[in-house]
Amino acid sequence: MTSPQGPGAEVVLDGLSRHYGSVHALDGLHLTIEPGEMVALLGPSGCGKTTALRILAGLERADEGRVLVSGQDISDVPANKRDMGMVFQAYSLFPHMTVLENVGFGLRMRGVGQRERRARGLEVLQLVGLGDQRDRYAHQLSGGQQQRVALARALAVEPSVLLLDEPLSALDAKVRTQLREEIRRVQMEVGRTTVFVTHDQEEALAIADRVGVMSNGRLEQIAPPEELYARPRTRFVAEFVGLTNRLDAAVDGSTARVLDCTVPLLDGSVASGPGLALVRPEALEVRPESDGNAAVASRSFLGSVSHVTCDLDGGPEVTAQTSSALAAELAPGTRVRVSVAPSPVLVVPAG
Amino acid sequence: MKPSYTWRVTRVALLLLFGAFFLVPLLAMLDFSTRDLGGGRSGEAWLDLVRDPDLSAAIITSLLLALLTVGGMLVLLVPTMIWVRLRVPRATRLVEFLCLLPLTIPALVIVVGMRNVYSWVNYLVSDSVLTLTFVYVVLVLPYSYRAIDAALSGIDAVTLSEAARSLGAGWFTVIGRIVVPNIWSGVLSAAFVSVALVLGEFTIASLTNYENLQVVIALLGKSEARTSVAASAAALLFASVLLMALSYVGRGRRARKENLT
Amino acid sequence: MSRRTALSPSLALLPFLVYLTIFLLVPTVTVVVGAFQEDGSFSTANIEALFSEAALRTLWNSVVLSATTAVIGAVLGALLAYLVVTAPPTSLLRRVVVSVSGVLAQFGGVTLAFAFIAMLGFSGVVTELLRSAVGVDIFGSGWLFGLPGLILVYTYFQIPLMVIVFLPALEGLRPQWREAAVNLGATTWQYWTRVAVPLLRPAFLGASLLLFANAFAAYATAAALVSQGNPIVPLLIRAALTSEVLLGRQNLAFALAFQMIVVVAVVMTAYALLVRRTSRWLR
Repeated sequence: MTSPQGPGAEVVLDGLSRHYGSVHALDGLHLTIEPGEMVALLGPSGCGKTTALRILAGLERADEGRVLVSGQDISDVPANKRDMGMVFQAYSLFPHMTVLENVGFGLRMRGVGQRERRARGLEVLQLVGLGDQRDRYAHQLSGGQQQRVALARALAVEPSVLLLDEPLSALDAKVRTQLREEIRRVQMEVGRTTVFVTHDQEEALAIADRVGVMSNGRLEQIAPPEELYARPRTRFVAEFVGLTNRLDAAVDGSTARVLDCTVPLLDGSVASGPGLALVRPEALEVRPESDGNAAVASRSFLGSVSHVTCDLDGGPEVTAQTSSALAAELAPGTRVRVSVAPSPVLVVPAG
Repeated sequence: MKPSYTWRVTRVALLLLFGAFFLVPLLAMLDFSTRDLGGGRSGEAWLDLVRDPDLSAAIITSLLLALLTVGGMLVLLVPTMIWVRLRVPRATRLVEFLCLLPLTIPALVIVVGMRNVYSWVNYLVSDSVLTLTFVYVVLVLPYSYRAIDAALSGIDAVTLSEAARSLGAGWFTVIGRIVVPNIWSGVLSAAFVSVALVLGEFTIASLTNYENLQVVIALLGKSEARTSVAASAAALLFASVLLMALSYVGRGRRARKENLT
Repeated sequence: MSRRTALSPSLALLPFLVYLTIFLLVPTVTVVVGAFQEDGSFSTANIEALFSEAALRTLWNSVVLSATTAVIGAVLGALLAYLVVTAPPTSLLRRVVVSVSGVLAQFGGVTLAFAFIAMLGFSGVVTELLRSAVGVDIFGSGWLFGLPGLILVYTYFQIPLMVIVFLPALEGLRPQWREAAVNLGATTWQYWTRVAVPLLRPAFLGASLLLFANAFAAYATAAALVSQGNPIVPLLIRAALTSEVLLGRQNLAFALAFQMIVVVAVVMTAYALLVRRTSRWLR
């Protein structure tokens, strides 16, 4: 058994590959997670994020590559000796045990006595705010409560690494937001190294220290949420994370011309010539102008801000984010001028 | 977590043992019924199935009983179940309880208690063997109920009927042209399982001195052992084909659903 | 008006209710009432006759037969179901076992009796094979036509019934439970003893009870196999129905049928309770 140094351990995934038949679920994944850090693995279904997590947990084996925790290679350590706490998508509580028995299960497997199990179990249940539900069964709890118990159960064994496999995907939108805050709070409190797998970009950006975007079994980019959003390094990342408009651009040196505006370039853009600029809605400005370059097609009110969709003359449809006060003046059909704010953009090869 | 070699061998060995246990009696029937007195093979016993007048009559009787029972079951059960779902949901538990009751009240108990009822049936309707239909409908109820209930649960009958009603359909149209076509596979399963049960029914017929297929086969067993074995093998074969077809109907339904999601 | 709309939909259920009253409830009530009557007036004589030595011995035989075949059927059926459930859902093995079990579980009665007579009877296929090949006479003194034979023959439909009833419970075991247990440090053995077995226990017990009731009420197989003596309750009912006076009681058939209702009802109620518990767990 690997013994953690301090609450959080460093985790290294070193060149993991896994294929099922001809499908490459993982294709040489490299990832280093700092002690105590929370990393979200984000990607569409089938991108390999869950496979990576399950290999880390020991529930699946990699065809190639190693898993290192605190510098030790644990590739050959069986799942039940790995000292990792995992929270599954849903319905993973043992239905014939009470909440407290569920939480104490891992300690029981480690030969911890009844009294200590109970004390430790109550402690983690308090941590997730469910101390008063200890004698209930899973079917008597809401989905959100079940997942909190699952979190408490994973934490009860004081694992060196905490693994979360889309723990919120089966919940309602409102509970989902609440619980992700809760998970973040608990994670900060216990300071465990945590890997969080999700396909929901909003969730990943809201919760993690760093977000790794995966596609086709590879890591496209890993960066803190703000950087990932503002400075996507590939087209896939730009389009998967947040809404993105695609506009024709001409690259010249370190700038590009987009909609007759000059904008700086991000690393990874094409060196010169024509391309497609990937522009966020909030980087587009819209103002009424009778001889503008577009007409308002529709608008949707989102609270303090609104999204305004415009048809560019002879070009594509774009979505811009404006204050709702401004959007009120932009009835469908209004002639407008759409321009680009001078924040850096990624320009990718056209087509 | 790959299965170990020992486990794979044990697994195959166990499956073979199970296979032998279930197959040998069936093969024995086949062997027994094709034996010749001299020690060779003969199809005489199987030919008797169509030659023996008692047996042929019993086969026809049982087929007629099966047909009538399916008819009676459909008329009694299908409109009632649909109606309960659409209009009287508070009767759901009652109808379910009554339909599943024959599982708790065995056929043997019904036959003991039904003398009075049947003396009236014989007096008012007829004393033909076909009057067994009345009690057979009760007998097949639990199995038919489950098949139809599964199909009904698979569709949103209430919404469908509300949609049809708002488009101007009457209740008969709703049941006959909207709901029934959507639970067709369940109705078919119910019919199949009913036929299989009626063809195998022995308890009630023999204890009320009526001659259906199984009763005649049992009688034959005393005089023409090989013919009776051939006849029971044939009946089993027929019922198997029906029940296998049933499992395919059920699977087709599931497969269709999976393709949609 | 509101009264009419409340009442008239229920009226459509009348044919169904009347039919079941006549052909299910009236016979049942007849049995219950008849059990407490003799010559048209109230009497406990028939119930008392159930406690005569002969009747108790028959009941005991029935219980032994039902319990033995329920236990054998449950254990072997659960084993077979496990072999099936560990095969991929689309595999041929699984499809074949499930459909064949569906057929064989319904396959009681005359046919089954004859199959075993053709196999193990005096001139049965296996009997003659062993007689000529090894010189062993497994027919013996005709055990096939007594209680031991009934146990063997009943097992033939009890195992498939167990497969059908128990398979959904086994399929309800979520892979997450195993993974969660392993993740929390459980060995395979600990997973089975602490998670899987406790989870399946109610379903297993429930299915065993169903098997018990199934064997207890089965008539046709025994009737076709056993022509001498009345070793079990269903055959005693046959004797009571066909011969006018048995154990000196005219209404004994009612009392015996009443006894059967009580036994089966108790067992099935316990079954229903256990199933409700599992269905809450294994959704």
